[in-house]
Amino acid sequence: MMRRHLPVLITLAVFIAGYLICLAQFPSFASTRVIGNLLTDNAFLGIVAVGMTFVILSGGIDLSVGSVIAFTGVFLAVSIERYGLNPYLAFVLIMGLAALFGAGMGFLIHTFQIPAFIVTLAGMFLARGMCFVLTTDSIPINAPAYGQITEIALRLPGGGRLTFIALIMLAVFGLGIVLAHFTRFGADVYALGGNRTSAELMGVPVGKTTVRIYMLSSFLAALAGIVFSFYTSAGYSLAATGVELDTIAAVVIGGTLLTGGSGTIIGTLIGVLIQGLIQTYITFEGTLSSWWTKIAIGALLFAFIVLQRGLSAASIRAR
Amino acid sequence: MQLKSEQPDLLEISGLTKGFPGVQALDHVDFTLRAGEIHGLLGENGAGKSTLIKVLTGVFRRDGGSICLDGQEIEARDPADALSLGIGTVYQEVNLLPNLSVAENLFIGRQPHRFGLVRTGEMRGRSSELLATYGLHINVADPLGSYSVAVQQIIAIARAVDLSAKVLILDEPTASLDAQEVETLFRILNDLKARGIGIVFVTHFLDQVYAVCDRITVLRNGRLVGSRPIAELPRIELVSMMLGRELAAEALHRNQRPAVTGNPMVAFKDYGKRRLVEPFDLEIRPGEVVGLAGLLGSGRTETAKLVFGIERAESGQAFVDGKPVRIASPRDASRLRFGFTPEDRKTEGIVAELSIRENIILALQAQRGWLHQIPRRKQDEIANRFIKLLDIRTPDAEKPIGLLSGGNQQKALLARWLATEPRFLILDEPTRGIDVGAHAEIIRLIERLCDDGLALLVISSELEEIASYSDRVVVLRDRKHVRELSGPEVNADTIMTTIASHQ
Repeated sequence: MMRRHLPVLITLAVFIAGYLICLAQFPSFASTRVIGNLLTDNAFLGIVAVGMTFVILSGGIDLSVGSVIAFTGVFLAVSIERYGLNPYLAFVLIMGLAALFGAGMGFLIHTFQIPAFIVTLAGMFLARGMCFVLTTDSIPINAPAYGQITEIALRLPGGGRLTFIALIMLAVFGLGIVLAHFTRFGADVYALGGNRTSAELMGVPVGKTTVRIYMLSSFLAALAGIVFSFYTSAGYSLAATGVELDTIAAVVIGGTLLTGGSGTIIGTLIGVLIQGLIQTYITFEGTLSSWWTKIAIGALLFAFIVLQRGLSAASIRAR
Repeated sequence: MQLKSEQPDLLEISGLTKGFPGVQALDHVDFTLRAGEIHGLLGENGAGKSTLIKVLTGVFRRDGGSICLDGQEIEARDPADALSLGIGTVYQEVNLLPNLSVAENLFIGRQPHRFGLVRTGEMRGRSSELLATYGLHINVADPLGSYSVAVQQIIAIARAVDLSAKVLILDEPTASLDAQEVETLFRILNDLKARGIGIVFVTHFLDQVYAVCDRITVLRNGRLVGSRPIAELPRIELVSMMLGRELAAEALHRNQRPAVTGNPMVAFKDYGKRRLVEPFDLEIRPGEVVGLAGLLGSGRTETAKLVFGIERAESGQAFVDGKPVRIASPRDASRLRFGFTPEDRKTEGIVAELSIRENIILALQAQRGWLHQIPRRKQDEIANRFIKLLDIRTPDAEKPIGLLSGGNQQKALLARWLATEPRFLILDEPTRGIDVGAHAEIIRLIERLCDDGLALLVISSELEEIASYSDRVVVLRDRKHVRELSGPEVNADTIMTTIASHQ
């Protein structure tokens, strides 16, 4: 039992240690304002990361999410600002479109047995290219609905604000946990990542599950794109480049095995928060370049992958 | 045919035929299984056991014949379909999901749920109850992978039976279990038998066949040899059914050669590994051929793998020229000038896409290290020398080896090791799947190598063949070296009776 949760516990320990270090240097880290911002700034990353966790748990990968976020932003900006579409209708449209897009990728991956890496790489270029077809400019979104939505927030004691988008992220994590651990779909995802052939022999609906996994990932990427557009109030073709890689990093740091079959949603949340923490620290520090975030995440990612290899080797030896 | 018996036939297979390009894997095979019976399915490699099981469970489609379950003609589309029809299979390599919990493995796809949420508590409770009926009291919330293979197998059986299996097929379930685990498994099989389930039990261990089976069916080369109640079947007859030879009236004479004397070139003392082969002593002198005989799964190949360092020995010591040596990997063995041609030529021997030349120089190149590449002219010279010497039939050395016949591939593999000028060669089934002409050539080659002063360890299921060239024969049974035959004892009859005897 202990060994099973070890990766998550280590992630949690790293987060707590990191937080304490930040706190020692900058006492204001304890304020609800910093915590509220941490959640708000990383909301879109957290939402995509939930989808990515399912994908990686099933033994796959989804490289298209960053482009889907950008496409969502551009689509919203163009449809709302240029064509005067109702923002809420635009949200529904883009989420449906993204779900179809994901389902298509899942279908290709399953039916033709093409590696997910290739299919989603193609998806990544496709979605990014579609952004430029719509527009090459950065279009600000000034719809009143945007102003109203970004105003919604829970006031925390101490002056912090738990914004609507942070709440969306927390809700997505809550639903993700239920989906992963308390539904048949969740068990099927873990089964697929454990051993595809065995899963098939045991009667797991492999095709249906694969389609649903990528559908979920793209759907959540679109949701993240909506949240990202609240955050930036604009749609821009070059936005969110490399976010797919940040997301994969968060999932792996959160203790999910890249080979699939093992990991948790809650671990991913901590993984996202660790990334956010590093970012915040570097902002507070002031003298460090923001590239240090990447360097720190790179080092951490490397350490976690080595740790995972070590743990799985140890558990094989223990058998 | 079977007389009408007290129990009805649960499963009735008749005239089953299945062919693959170049092989008739099943040729009009009949097989019947009664409810409440444990039925042993026996045969050597290539007999058609696995094909029969795979046709039965829907992995392969049959070419002809019929399969009736409970009087109904069935044709499974895939293993999941077979399971829903009532045929469950448990493989040696347990096909469950080690990363899921025990309870999830038992209930995946049919978890009790309400409002779309799995009722984990109820699932775990039912899992615990189910396993308790098999005498297994474990924490069902733990991942399956944290339990031993034996426990995993019981869980696989419990799952198959719980999914309404009427027929349970166990494909070599005991191959990686220890004696006590086998005992537990047999108790469970007897319980299931009492519940009226028909069990097909595939194994190589004769003792286990006699311990648990009611009837046996023997296949050989895709054909049915016979079905017999075990109670009236002497061991020697069972072995002769499997190996396909009658006891000869007179012993065949082997090449009369004087016994090889001198100090052993290689020696193994108390060498063994748990669950692989029990500790054994083995000495081989220069110019001597030692044969390893036994049924499939008796520990022949396992012995070869230990000796060549593919598996690492847990006990004992190896000696070369009387000096202790360490053989922890094939690399070590190769450095000691050992050579090994594996049983499975296609997957463990040849590199099919590479040319004959590249295959021949492979071991020599590996010994020298990749930084010291053998000059191309030297490569050509080595390849052509062996092609001529071993009479490998090919237009030239650049032909991909996969296009050669089995016999010529085998010769090229021998050439690979001969190029390294070995002192000790291990040949695992060197004549399997080779046409008659090449067969004789390989045997002549073995004798010639021996005359050249090599020490040879040869594994073969062909008793006559092994008796013809071996100076001594070690007989294995149930992963144990049970007896060493030498001198006039080296003949096919003695080998067969030794295989069939039991202490």
